[in-house]
Amino acid sequence: MAAAAALVTATAAGTSAAVVRLQRVAKTYRSGALEVPALRGISLEIPSHRFSVVVGASGSGKTTLLNIIGCIDAPSSGAIEVCGADIAALSDDAVSDFRARNIGFIFQTFSLVPVLSAYENVEYPLLLVGMPQAERRRRTLAMLEAVGLAGQARQRPNELSGGQRQRVAIARALVKEPQVVLADEPTANLDSATGASIIELMRRVQVQSRTTFIFATHDPQLMSHADETFVIRDGQLVEHHAGAAR
Amino acid sequence: MKLLLKIAFRNMLRNLRRSLMTGSAVAAGALALLLFGGFAAYIFAGLETNNVQRIGHLTVFRADYFLLGAGNPAAYGIDRHQEVMQLIERDPVVGPMINVITPTQSLVGIAGNFSGGVEASKTFLGTGLIPSNRERMRQWDEFRASAGYVPDKRMSDEDPSRGVIGVGLARVLGLCAPLGLHGCPALPAARPSGRSAPAARQELTDLAARDLAPDTQASDRTPQIDLLAATAGGAPNVVQLSVGGAEPQGVKELDDNFIAMPLGLAQQLVYGRGEHKATGIVLQLHRSEDLPAARARLTGLFRQHHLDLEVRDFGELSPFYGQVVKMFSSIFLFIALVMGVIVLFAVINTMTMNVMERTNEVGTIRALGVRRVGIRAQFTVEGVLIGAIGATVGAALALAIAALVNQAGLTWVPPGNATAVPLRLDVAGRALLVVSAWLGLAIVTTLAALLPANRAARLPVVDALRHV
Repeated sequence: MAAAAALVTATAAGTSAAVVRLQRVAKTYRSGALEVPALRGISLEIPSHRFSVVVGASGSGKTTLLNIIGCIDAPSSGAIEVCGADIAALSDDAVSDFRARNIGFIFQTFSLVPVLSAYENVEYPLLLVGMPQAERRRRTLAMLEAVGLAGQARQRPNELSGGQRQRVAIARALVKEPQVVLADEPTANLDSATGASIIELMRRVQVQSRTTFIFATHDPQLMSHADETFVIRDGQLVEHHAGAAR
Repeated sequence: MKLLLKIAFRNMLRNLRRSLMTGSAVAAGALALLLFGGFAAYIFAGLETNNVQRIGHLTVFRADYFLLGAGNPAAYGIDRHQEVMQLIERDPVVGPMINVITPTQSLVGIAGNFSGGVEASKTFLGTGLIPSNRERMRQWDEFRASAGYVPDKRMSDEDPSRGVIGVGLARVLGLCAPLGLHGCPALPAARPSGRSAPAARQELTDLAARDLAPDTQASDRTPQIDLLAATAGGAPNVVQLSVGGAEPQGVKELDDNFIAMPLGLAQQLVYGRGEHKATGIVLQLHRSEDLPAARARLTGLFRQHHLDLEVRDFGELSPFYGQVVKMFSSIFLFIALVMGVIVLFAVINTMTMNVMERTNEVGTIRALGVRRVGIRAQFTVEGVLIGAIGATVGAALALAIAALVNQAGLTWVPPGNATAVPLRLDVAGRALLVVSAWLGLAIVTTLAALLPANRAARLPVVDALRHV
C-alpha cells in the first residue's frame, strides 16, 4: 500500500460493469454541536461478480461505506448508484423494496430472527418479494443444502453454533439471488477454523452464483481471497487494488 | 399476515411471563366490565319488567294531564275512552304490538276506617283498574327477569268493591290485625283531642251510610274502609271498599297512601252518576323494542283524529327507572375508563420493552427489506394478540362466574322493590355487551401497541442495527 494517503478514485478493472458507483460521497454524523466526519468525499466503482473487500482500521469509515452501499444509510452529500438505481431519488418504501430484491446482508453478529427456525430465517427474504410457496420451498431447501445445514432446518438460532448461525445468515443473504451481498466483518465473531470455512463457503457460493460480494473486514484470511481491495483511512479511499475476476 | 401472526405468537411465548402479566390485566378488565355490565343489564331488565308489569309501556292521557292533572285527576278524564281504545286496538300498526290495553282511573281522596272501635282516616292515592287485565300485565316477562308469576286473587272482576291497599296505609288505618299483617303494630288507643276531629269522622260515616246501598253494608269478613273524594263536579262522594289485602309498595310515601281498586268503583267515586271516564289508557306491548314505533304511531293517530290526547312512556311516568339506568351507566363508564387506562399502560409498557429488546431485530428485518409499515404491523399485531387472548380469557371467566352466581340461588332487594328477587348476572344473554367489551379492549390494546410500534418503525436502520 502506498505510504502516503493519496486520494484515490477507484475504477473497476477488467471488463465487468460497475454494480456500485459512488461520487464524492461524504457522511458526517452529528452529536449535538459536534460533527464527526465518517466519509470524506469517496468516489469509487465496484465491479459486479467480484469478491471485493473494504479494509481499514476501526473507525476508518468502512462500515459507514457498506451501510451507504447497502442503502440502509444515506450520505450527507454525493451521489450513489447501486445496481443502476439512483438511491437518492427513491422514497423510503422504494428503498426498502430495492433492498428486498437486490441486496443481501451478512452481519457480524449473524442477526437471525430468534423466533424463526433456520428454514424460516432463510425463507424470510423470499416472503418479502412475494415468491410462490413451492418456489420458496425449493430455493430455501437448496440454499440450506448448499451451506451444509439441511439437517438443521427446523432448529432455532439458539440451538445452533456460531458457525452454523453464520451459515444460515449466508443462506438468507443469498437465497433471493441478490445482485449484491454486503458482509460486515462476517468472521469477527468466529474462531479461525470456523471463519476459514465460512470464507471458503462464501467464496464457493460467490463463484457459483456470480453474485457481487462486498466485505468490510480486517481479517487477513478474508483479504487474501479478495478480487478487489479498497483501503479506507480516515474516511477517505487511499488505495485500490484490482485483481482479475475468477 | 401468516408470517406476522407466527412471529407475534412466538414472541408472545418467548416472553411468556411478561405476556401473561399483560394478558392478565386485559383479562381482569374484561372480567370486571362483563360482570358489572351483566349485573347492570339484569338490573335494567328487572326494573323495566317491574315497571312494564305495573304501568305498561305507554299510557295515553288527556293533554296536560301528565303535567297538571295530579292535583285533580277527575278533571282530566278521557271522554269516550272505550272508543279511543277501540281506535287503538283496530289500528293495523299498533294493534298487533299490544299485549294488554286497559283503562285506569287515578284519584285522590280520604280513606277512613271507623269499624270495630277504630277511628282512623288518611289521604290516599288511588288507582282504578280492571283486575283481570292487571293479572295479564303481571305475567309479562320478555327479559325473563321476573321473580315468577304468582296469581293475585285479592282482586277480581267478579267482586267490584274489593281492592288492595299499601301496608303503610293498612297500618295507619288500623287494619293490621284484620288483614293478618306481620310486624305491623296496632294503632294506639284513641285519645280525645277536641271535638272537631270526631265530628268530621262522624260526618264521613254518616255520608257513607247515606250513600251506600244497603246490600253493600252487609257484614263481611273482609275489612271495609270508606273512601271519600270529590267528584268531577266538585261534590263529595263516598264509596266503601272491601280490603282484600295489603301489599308493600317499596317507597314509604306510596306505601302509606296506596289503594288499588276496581275501575268501576273508582269511576263511581269520581264521576258518580255522570259519564264514567278514565284518566289513562295503559298499553302493554309484546316487545319493548316496539315502544318508539308504537308511540310515534299513536301520536300520529291522535293528530289524525283530532283527539286532544298525549302519550307517555314508562320512563317518563317512573323517573326512578331512568335515574337508576343513568347511575349504573355512569358507574359502568367509570369502570370501563379505569380498566381501559390500566390496560393501555400495561400494553404500552410491555410493547415498549419488547421494542427495546428487539431493536437490533428491527434493524435486521428493515435491512432485509421490510417497510416501516411492516415493522408497525408486526408490533401492533403482537399487542393485539395479547389483548385478544386476554379479553377472550376474561370473557370466558366472566361467563363461567356468571353461570355459577346464577346457579347459586342468591337473592337481593333492588332499589324501589319491596320483595327480594333472584340475583343474576346477565352475561350470557348479552351478546352485544360481550362483543362490545371484547372489541373495546381490543381497540385499547391496538392503540396501546401502536405507540411503541410507531417508535420501532421510525428507528433509522443503522441506529437499530447498532443497538445492543
